[in-house]
Amino acid sequence: MVRVDGNGSGNSLVRVRGLDKKYQRGSEEIHVLQGLNLDVDAGDFVAFMGPSGSGKTTLLNLLGGLDLPTNGTITVAGDEITHLSGGKLTSWRARHVGFIFQMYNLIPVLTAFQNVELPLLLTRLSKSERKQHVETALQVVGLADRMHHYPRQLSGGQEQRVAIARAIVADPTFLLCDEPTGDLDRKSADEIMDLIDRLVEEHRKTVLLVTHDPVAAARAHTLLHLEKGVLVEAGKVGSSAGGRP
Amino acid sequence: MKYLHLIVANLFRKKIRTTLTLGSFAVALFLFGLLAIVRGAFNQGLDVAGSNRLIVINKVSLIQPLPVAYQERLERIPGIKLVTHNNWFGGIYQDPKNFFAQLAIDDDTFHSIYPEFVIPDDQWKAYKEDREGAIVGVKLAQRFGWKVGDRIPIKGTIFPGTWEFNLRAIYTGKRPADDTTQFWFHYKYLEERENTYWHGLVGWYVVKVDSADNSVRIAKAIDTTFANSPWETKTDTEQAFAASFAKQMGNISFLIMSIGAVVFFTLLLVAGNTMAIAVRERIRELAVLKAVGFSDIFVLVLVVFESLLVAAIGGAVGLTLAKLLTLRGDPTGGLLPFFYLPTQAMAVGAVLALAVGLAAGIWPAYSAGRLKVVDALRSV
Repeated sequence: MVRVDGNGSGNSLVRVRGLDKKYQRGSEEIHVLQGLNLDVDAGDFVAFMGPSGSGKTTLLNLLGGLDLPTNGTITVAGDEITHLSGGKLTSWRARHVGFIFQMYNLIPVLTAFQNVELPLLLTRLSKSERKQHVETALQVVGLADRMHHYPRQLSGGQEQRVAIARAIVADPTFLLCDEPTGDLDRKSADEIMDLIDRLVEEHRKTVLLVTHDPVAAARAHTLLHLEKGVLVEAGKVGSSAGGRP
Repeated sequence: MKYLHLIVANLFRKKIRTTLTLGSFAVALFLFGLLAIVRGAFNQGLDVAGSNRLIVINKVSLIQPLPVAYQERLERIPGIKLVTHNNWFGGIYQDPKNFFAQLAIDDDTFHSIYPEFVIPDDQWKAYKEDREGAIVGVKLAQRFGWKVGDRIPIKGTIFPGTWEFNLRAIYTGKRPADDTTQFWFHYKYLEERENTYWHGLVGWYVVKVDSADNSVRIAKAIDTTFANSPWETKTDTEQAFAASFAKQMGNISFLIMSIGAVVFFTLLLVAGNTMAIAVRERIRELAVLKAVGFSDIFVLVLVVFESLLVAAIGGAVGLTLAKLLTLRGDPTGGLLPFFYLPTQAMAVGAVLALAVGLAAGIWPAYSAGRLKVVDALRSV
């Protein structure tokens, strides 16, 4: 169940209350997010749309603990992250968040395997356990046969699939996708969205997606518009929207 | 160790740049090695000087002689255990370019005062039995291809005429720094042939004292004993004597250290600039590392280790090349008989290379550690 009115149940996986974010640009103060509320349950797939500069990426950064709000609280799986110090927030990200970026952001000097392995280096897993996890993640995205390829040897769609494998390999609480299809052609974009669909449907992942692409947004269970710093529910588009566990 | 591939992989990101940076370290450390070799060559006596040996020279100058009769008077001074004397011969073997030290020595005492020089007993015996006998260091013998039994003619400059010697012994040193490029022969042979000009005179004395702690007191006692005589003395420890000898050629150490400092400062600028560029061009990657959960400190250490790794590899290459150069021996034909790179100098070079690597990497690393993920991900 996704709500933006601040009346969600206390059991939401993601709970945002009164979120404000202001930036100072020269003498001008820019109020990007204004008293934003949001409740997302585990297993939801939410898409955020809105014009450029409406604060979509800012919201995603705040939810992922990459930035801190001016006011308001964000609680994820019971942990309020808005008051965590830098080091604790970093550890929290490692355990709870999988990021998927528009530009893939793979490390070019590492193979697909090594890129996917990165989050696992922060765990206590042994080398063989890490190998097993990485191979599983690459199998999920259909790139087990390319694990020793470098990013430059992969297509854009394949790079993004490696990035998705990196995002899911440590089994995070939720996935944050910032324009994951923005740099891909239609066919590759559809393949990526098919993959994200599978992560939600088969692997019960919670996904928060920022996109400009209405076709990609239509895959989500819930579509929210960000307008003038507040969220507006645009409608439930998926077959199981709103009623998901 | 599980992070090592992250560091090593970055070395292969820009192969030409990495090669050039490694080359900078290698050249700088090779140069450091050469400077250390030259410094060592000029300060040769300092490292091997006996702490319980004193050098007694004529107060006027080293080239002025002292009476041979001083030997007995020196032996009577309390604290002195043994006295020997040396004489500079200054001859030429075949060509003036073939320079090496030739000393007329006192057989009875020389060997006891310099235990660091090893001479086989049978060769020493053969030398003593031959009035024209000579002993040479192993490096000198190798340089001219001499072997025991050879007859060696030397043209005198201070002592005129051609002097012929029979090579009876070849000595070695117990330590790598011991000088094995000298040529020794009997003082009695010199005295016998030069019985007018050099009769009853020696070049300088070497005195062995009972304890290094008493060196200063005994040196003073020696100079007091011969004060106000026609042959006044100036006594120093062997180390001080060697240092003053080296200073005659100028302050070599200062010159070498100045050159070394300039080289390392330049290296720091080059390496620092390279590391700064290397960090700047992968800001997004460092931001991604932080986004997936790597801490600021981890990113800082990662960059520092990259810099240290470049410094370590480049430095090792440079020092190894310098060491290999010394294995071929003195390239100057005898001007730098102590042409070797001591382990201590190699260790200092390694520490300096790592220090430059650390200094070059620390600021870019600090910047990387402070990087804000959101800002960095927005950068192109």
